Amino acid sequence: EEEEEAQKEVAREADIVHSNAMSKSLKIMERMVNQNTWDEIAQDYRYWDDQSDSFKEGEGTLLPLWKFWTEKVRRKHVTALCWSPEYHDLFAVGYGSYDFMKQGAGVICCFSLKNPSHPEYSFTTETGVMCVDFHPQHSSLLAVGCYDGTVMIFDIRNKLNKPIFQSTVKTGKHTDPVWQVCWQDEDLAKNLNFFSISSDGRVTLWTMSKNELQFTDVMELKLTGIANSGAEEAGEETSLVGLAGGACFDFHASSEHLFIVGTEEGKIHKCSKAYNSQYLDTYNGHYMSVYAVKWNGFHPRVFLSASADWTVKLWDHQQKQPLMSFDLGNAVGDVCWSPYSSSVFAAVTNDGKVHVFDLMENKHEPMCDQKVVRKSKLTHVSFNPRQPLLLVGDDRGGVLCLKLSPNLRKTEETRAKEKLAQAAAAGGGDLRKPAPRKRGAEGEGQAASEEKVKTPMELEIEKLDKLLTLSEKVNR
Amino acid sequence: STAAKMAAQSSEIDETMKKLTSHPGFMGFLIIDKDGIPIRSSLDHAEAVQYAGLLSLLAMKSRAAVRELDPQNDVTFLRLRSKKHEILVAPDKEYILMVIQSPQIKA
Repeated sequence: EEEEEAQKEVAREADIVHSNAMSKSLKIMERMVNQNTWDEIAQDYRYWDDQSDSFKEGEGTLLPLWKFWTEKVRRKHVTALCWSPEYHDLFAVGYGSYDFMKQGAGVICCFSLKNPSHPEYSFTTETGVMCVDFHPQHSSLLAVGCYDGTVMIFDIRNKLNKPIFQSTVKTGKHTDPVWQVCWQDEDLAKNLNFFSISSDGRVTLWTMSKNELQFTDVMELKLTGIANSGAEEAGEETSLVGLAGGACFDFHASSEHLFIVGTEEGKIHKCSKAYNSQYLDTYNGHYMSVYAVKWNGFHPRVFLSASADWTVKLWDHQQKQPLMSFDLGNAVGDVCWSPYSSSVFAAVTNDGKVHVFDLMENKHEPMCDQKVVRKSKLTHVSFNPRQPLLLVGDDRGGVLCLKLSPNLRKTEETRAKEKLAQAAAAGGGDLRKPAPRKRGAEGEGQAASEEKVKTPMELEIEKLDKLLTLSEKVNR
Repeated sequence: STAAKMAAQSSEIDETMKKLTSHPGFMGFLIIDKDGIPIRSSLDHAEAVQYAGLLSLLAMKSRAAVRELDPQNDVTFLRLRSKKHEILVAPDKEYILMVIQSPQIKA
């Protein structure tokens, strides 16, 4: 009798300990414990701003906050960084290896800023992960591209360490590493789809239908230029010489069909989803592999490219020559536009430095070029969509979160407000008098009451137009 | 398969417990059932019983206070910060979970 009672007790206890409610309490407990541990950093993240920025014009700094690392990713390179579109403290990191002699398994970890000690979700893959992308609407779906050419879709809510879809040799797997994946908006049939690009020269569209992953080759990157000159019969020549190696791409935000592709040969091609055999245009500027191409978040014609040839170049897609070129002194791993300003971007290099440029303040020198890691190369960079934070990944499996100082965060709106404040302070001024129009778009703030108020987006686009004197150039 | 889900959940719970216990600054944890009897703990028995008694009283008092101020409201979490450490209490109908953490010393 007593034994039964004792057994029942044990069973009941086990139940309580493993109940749903306990799971929730434990999760909250974990967050609290972490909050206590990292309290100082959390306070810095929220409230600290470098006051000396108001004295230092044209300069900014990056404050290191948290470092995200786990034992599982000890000797791996960070190959991909992606913020969640829905939860602004959640981000996914892909781990693999850029060294073709030393390949191992891949890992994907999703960290929250609220818990730097341990990833919220983690998965492993057979070969190194090369790229990840969150779906913009279904924020639990993660598209992943791997070193062996496989693409997969993970649902991060799954407790199992398996993707919900995976490509195989029969279903169109790439024959070379997949360097980038990018979700598109849902198509007419409400199917989810994403593009992938690989150094086997194919740009492929994958559609997630009910029980399988279907692929369509949208483009084959033909080699152009000197290597292929005299090859009028494009079809035959491609099969002999091979295809160009795709290394990165980016889709235009408003012209849905338009996208740019960067190749291992250094060329950048403008392509359309509608024309799969020809490039709309080719940009020759880099002579080594292009690692990243990014459209500007505000201006519809501008994009940036980062290359192993130590430079970052700024382009107008209607012009063959770059508008600006920045030499960063070491191979550039990645470049990223800021989400709050059309003239601010960040680049990371192999010497462990982060370079932040604000073209509005200085067209030639970075606002900040700060070394943030010792003895490692920085491989990726990403701005948080809402907070003034920058994430950088290195080749030791570490991800560092940095806070941008006020000088690096200036938007047109803040500049307009600053001018108003200055004018008020300086003049004792008659604010009813419109400001002298010589400053163009920036005079907007004071004349606002008399004219239509421009949206921040418009202000940013105008600013870049004026800066790069784009509207004066003739459209070809 | 609810069995599989439950298995996954209990392993997740065990994992979270392990993470908590290996966290820097962690000093101890205690789970007591609704009768105030310690079910699981990392403290020795005498201490566990002491904490159980004192903190379950505190949890009850705080719940009573919150509910008296607003009957629709209820306590979700209790943090007691003292000079030497912080006690975190997660009360529930079936159990009370407590964790003791010491302030972070720079590693």
